[in-house]
Amino acid sequence: MSATHKYDPHRKWEARTPPKPGEGGRTSAMIASLAAEGYETVSAPFGHALVEEAKKNDRVVGLTADLSKYTDLHIFAQAFPERFYQMGMAEQVMISAAAGMAREGFIPFATTYAVFASRRAYDFIAMAIAEEYLPVKIVCALPGLTTGYGPSHQATEDLAIFRGLPNLTIVDPCDAIDVMEAVPAITAHEGPVYMRLPRGKVPSVIREHCPDYKFELGKAKLLRDGKDVLVIASGFMTMRALDAAVELEAQGISAAVLHCPTIKPLDTETILAEAGKGGRLVVTAENHTKVGGLGEAVASTLLTNGVTPTFRMIGLPDQFLDAGALPTLHDRYGISTAAMITQIRGWL
Amino acid sequence: MQPNDLDRIARQIRLRDLQAVFEAGAGHIGGEMSAIDILTALYFRVLRIWPDQPKHPDRDRFVLSKGHVALALYVTLAKRGFIPEEEVATFLKPHSRLNGHPNCNKVPGVETNTGPLGHGLPVAVGMAKAAKLTGATYRTYVLTGDGEMQEGSNWEAIASGAQFGLDNLTLIIDHNRFQQGASLKDTNNLAPFPAKLEAFGWDVTEINGNAMDEIVPALEKRGSRPHCIVAHTNKGHGISFMQDKVDWHHKVPNAEQYKIAVAELSEAL
Repeated sequence: MSATHKYDPHRKWEARTPPKPGEGGRTSAMIASLAAEGYETVSAPFGHALVEEAKKNDRVVGLTADLSKYTDLHIFAQAFPERFYQMGMAEQVMISAAAGMAREGFIPFATTYAVFASRRAYDFIAMAIAEEYLPVKIVCALPGLTTGYGPSHQATEDLAIFRGLPNLTIVDPCDAIDVMEAVPAITAHEGPVYMRLPRGKVPSVIREHCPDYKFELGKAKLLRDGKDVLVIASGFMTMRALDAAVELEAQGISAAVLHCPTIKPLDTETILAEAGKGGRLVVTAENHTKVGGLGEAVASTLLTNGVTPTFRMIGLPDQFLDAGALPTLHDRYGISTAAMITQIRGWL
Repeated sequence: MQPNDLDRIARQIRLRDLQAVFEAGAGHIGGEMSAIDILTALYFRVLRIWPDQPKHPDRDRFVLSKGHVALALYVTLAKRGFIPEEEVATFLKPHSRLNGHPNCNKVPGVETNTGPLGHGLPVAVGMAKAAKLTGATYRTYVLTGDGEMQEGSNWEAIASGAQFGLDNLTLIIDHNRFQQGASLKDTNNLAPFPAKLEAFGWDVTEINGNAMDEIVPALEKRGSRPHCIVAHTNKGHGISFMQDKVDWHHKVPNAEQYKIAVAELSEAL
């Protein structure tokens, strides 16, 4: 059992000393866009991509639970005000109304934060959308550890919750290109989709490393090859894996990176082919608790198919996480580039 | 179809429902009996429907949110010609499509999957909103239980219905005063409902939900706001020993009780 946040009836409450004037600086707790990573950024890629899709497809509508600006849906709302529905802070009716509209032929994009969709609206997603296989696209900001505001807003277990749900396709895009190419792909997909959303100024990463890269729903893509270690990653951890691979190369370690933006259905064929090549340490990397996410999905794929490389997982611990500045938290919980390099070197 | 004819049909549906519960050894007979007059009025008088075209785009939509009374809906759908009448005998049998809660992918005429309470009205808000967007003229009706109104999602939907001006939406609360474990009053008493719905911006009509001459005009009422019908009903209505007894939420009659119930329901057929 985790030691943090454990109930202690004899706990002493200690006030923290505030920083002295000139020390401490501004908090970066709400910097959720991961923009400051040395890459070019695209502003609100989801909102702009959805506008382009809606121009071509008049069945596309947008709903949000009072979070249009924070899910980049405000771009769509400005372009198509008559096809945008503000549901207020009411995730259950947002999800259900989206189901009702989907039944009547629309393709609703419903947006909120990942914690609210996964924890608050789950029953409605399961019964009103997934069981009926309706084309509702649930697009959620703040996946995993992308806010420093503490457990109430950190969706560290959303993939674990949704992976068990039949019929649901799950997408964890890495960067702006992934998001912009995923929008038409998930619109065209006939069933329900849950997509984790990088929002705001979103870095454009993968094509810097791999110019020919294209997002394909259901496909994992090898972004670089390497002989010592294979990193299988999704979400922004693919960016971290690419950055780590460059650094490891300078240190004489050759790392391959397999980007796996579709968590379900998992591209088991590509994963087995790459992990089965032998002679390489296989590491999964995810912005999610190590319970029930990409790592366990890959592990079960490998084991049940008799592929047994040395296998390690990078991801968040099974804990409610601290609040604070994101770079500090990413270091603390092992998902920064530096922490990734340290872990991989330790395993080799 | 006149109220007398509707009463006769409702009695026949009650009788078939009772038989099916007895044969299957399961069902939710109390809530089925309270709701059957409303279902009969909807399917034999009010709803614009085409049984041979269950997905006709112009059909009125009916969502049975109190999905545990699925059997009453199956019997009604069978009598109205959506499914064969003899199929009712498969209720709850292995591989039957007539499950304990209705599934729209299996049964023609079932509009949405329900079972977890508090789902029907929020989905219906989306269906009614879709009609506004496309200019479709269908009306959306939802039947909930009164205990079901304890689910917070209903109140999210009630607020949304008013906010979106859904004058094409009718909510019927089957106010039989009992839920699974006890009376509404002794559980979490949301009654009286009318003032609450009115405060949210809905039109409200209170009726005797077991009287056809009150049910039909209420269902046919049209206004400029979403409409809630608070239907005062009796759990187990039509079968004397079941009426207003909480036990009959989920109980199955024994052979002797079955005989008495059949006799009572057959009296006026």
